Amino acid sequence: MKVLVAMSGGVDSSVAAALLRDAGHDVVGVTMRLWGGDSDSGCCSVADVDDARRVAQQLDIDHLVFNFSEDFDARVVDPYVAAHVAGTTPNPCIECNRHLKFDRLAERAAVLGFDAVATGHHARIAGDGEGQVRLRRGADRAKDQSYVLHMLDQAALARTLFPVGEFETKAELRAIAARLGLRTAAKPDSQDVCFITSGAGRAGFLSRRVAFHPARVVDSGGAAVGSVAAVELVTVGQRRGLGLSGGGPKRFVVDVDRSAGVVTVGDETDLLVESTAATRPMWVDGPVGGPVLVQCAAHGAPRAATISSTPGDGVSVTWTERARRVAPGQSVVFYDETDEYVLGGATAT
Amino acid sequence: MARDLDRFVYMDHAATTPMRPEAVDAMLPFLADRFANPSGSYRFARDARRALDEARDQVAETIGCRPGEVVFTGGGTESDNTAIAGAVRAAGGRAVCPAAEHHGVLHVVEHLGGTVVPVDRVGRVDLDALGEALDDDVAVVSVMTVNNEVGTRSDLAAVAEVVRLRAPRAVLHTDAVQAPCSVDLREVWPHVDLMALSGHKFGGPKGVGVLAARDGTVFEPLVIGGGQERERRSGTQNVAGIVALAAALAATDAERDEELARVGGLRDRLVGAITAAVPDSRETVPAADKVAGSAHLMFAGIENESLLYLLDQAGVCASAASACASGAMDPSHVLAAMGVERAWAGGALRLSLGRTTTAEDVEVAAEVVAGAVEQLRTRSR
Repeated sequence: MKVLVAMSGGVDSSVAAALLRDAGHDVVGVTMRLWGGDSDSGCCSVADVDDARRVAQQLDIDHLVFNFSEDFDARVVDPYVAAHVAGTTPNPCIECNRHLKFDRLAERAAVLGFDAVATGHHARIAGDGEGQVRLRRGADRAKDQSYVLHMLDQAALARTLFPVGEFETKAELRAIAARLGLRTAAKPDSQDVCFITSGAGRAGFLSRRVAFHPARVVDSGGAAVGSVAAVELVTVGQRRGLGLSGGGPKRFVVDVDRSAGVVTVGDETDLLVESTAATRPMWVDGPVGGPVLVQCAAHGAPRAATISSTPGDGVSVTWTERARRVAPGQSVVFYDETDEYVLGGATAT
Repeated sequence: MARDLDRFVYMDHAATTPMRPEAVDAMLPFLADRFANPSGSYRFARDARRALDEARDQVAETIGCRPGEVVFTGGGTESDNTAIAGAVRAAGGRAVCPAAEHHGVLHVVEHLGGTVVPVDRVGRVDLDALGEALDDDVAVVSVMTVNNEVGTRSDLAAVAEVVRLRAPRAVLHTDAVQAPCSVDLREVWPHVDLMALSGHKFGGPKGVGVLAARDGTVFEPLVIGGGQERERRSGTQNVAGIVALAAALAATDAERDEELARVGGLRDRLVGAITAAVPDSRETVPAADKVAGSAHLMFAGIENESLLYLLDQAGVCASAASACASGAMDPSHVLAAMGVERAWAGGALRLSLGRTTTAEDVEVAAEVVAGAVEQLRTRSR
């Protein structure tokens, strides 16, 4: 099979490329240039491209660089900034998978005659024995990335490979890289959002792109209890940086009213809701309703709920036990009751 | 999967040219037995010094300047940097260049806070806009002899007239890196004060270049140290590279007229074959405005990264715009400056022909390009 493997310059995709090559596939590596600005690995992440290219050379496979930076700006970075302005909490990694890796790249791969695109994600694709495929959590539960892959439908999964999804520990994977002498063998896992440097942080990144607005922080009764300098940086569920006086029970952001400039805080029980509304559902194998497990963050614990469709492309998630409110903009991802297979996902409103 | 590096059609002479045999022959002794430092004070060193002086004479003869006006550098970009940053540092004032210059010029001018002026539809500097950007404060104006992407030839006589009139204090530099295979440098030199050349663009080695600097032109050196090259570029000379550069330049100069006719004919056939076979294709700059080896084409609605991949698979070496540090293709600043619409600029392809290009190469390249564009158009949604 002719496979285009997306190589980020990290150890997971390096090993993915190696495994595909050893399985006898005709493998070409590609590194997407996504972000043209500063990153923790230098401007345009050139150091990561260097790592990917060197690994490809060591594996004796071709290596390409595709410049998708304009699409990345338009589909990931601009919406990320806009979400903060609107007072919602974006997940740029999911948007990148949705629009770049499994759309832009996958389409180009098809045009260029590749049979599949592979990535170093920790997830598994398994046949269900009836002609359909299922998206399964990675064998290494600590590294499982199925949450950020929930948008893959049957057509996408049929042309996708996750060669490292079967590994039960990262150590095994690093051992393979070390045995092959790959320079990425001991490279630390990437953290956080790739276009935000650890130095400037989210606040520094956003401060150069949007105007910050102060907001009053009030309790559930409406009494002023603190203030924030930038409402754009406040997320539902947040505890720190709210200018609250110490002592007393822990208080959390339970609501952000961006236009009124009001952040409401409350105790943990104020954060609990009966249900969560979501929009823009994506289904691995068609719409699903009924009892499911729902995960609301990349490594969050799944919680039991019942889902049903609502008018106008909506999904209602009714929690079995009252659950913490999901920050609007976050993805809610639905798993089957064995907590192994992804059914689909949607965006909390 | 071992790649077959022996069988390919090389259509990227504007990126680099294969070394000429006479250049390889000229440099080998200096990589072996004749290794002396030309600044030494013994007979053995004088041998290297003599080779260096002869090379300087040879280069001067080809440019039409005096030997003392030839400064050997580490390449074209270093020569451009020295000319522009050096002139600004020596005299104070602004640097000015057109928007379609090579990054070796454009980024220096921008870095120094200089002025970038517009170009016309073929990439030639807009002389009215240039005139308006000039004044007594301007230290250096830099205008390329031949555009590296689209092949357009500049009219440096006309540029010089504007500069002399509007910026009497300014020196005029030309990035002539793409010129030697197509342009008799003796016709350019009388109009300029500074000229940059790069060895590997005309059959010499990489990592060696020339800055021709007219006597009396003041510029600060970029590299300071032992005072080689009459204090204009310190560092022990790359003797092997310099003698090879000189040999390549002399040979290129000697066969230029003959080569221009041959390469121009091949280029016309290549462009004719592709534009006839591919709908919605166009030649970016008319042949009359550009050099013989340049075949720059555009295909509407195509992504050039995809096109280059398919050409590579078929063994055709070509390029699109300039690659950034990561190796990704950046949108062409040259085509943007020329006002080319994005739908066309995204499907730009630079095929550049040279000394080793054959009629068979042209046939293969035309067929491969037409087939690749067809594949991309049929398979895209």
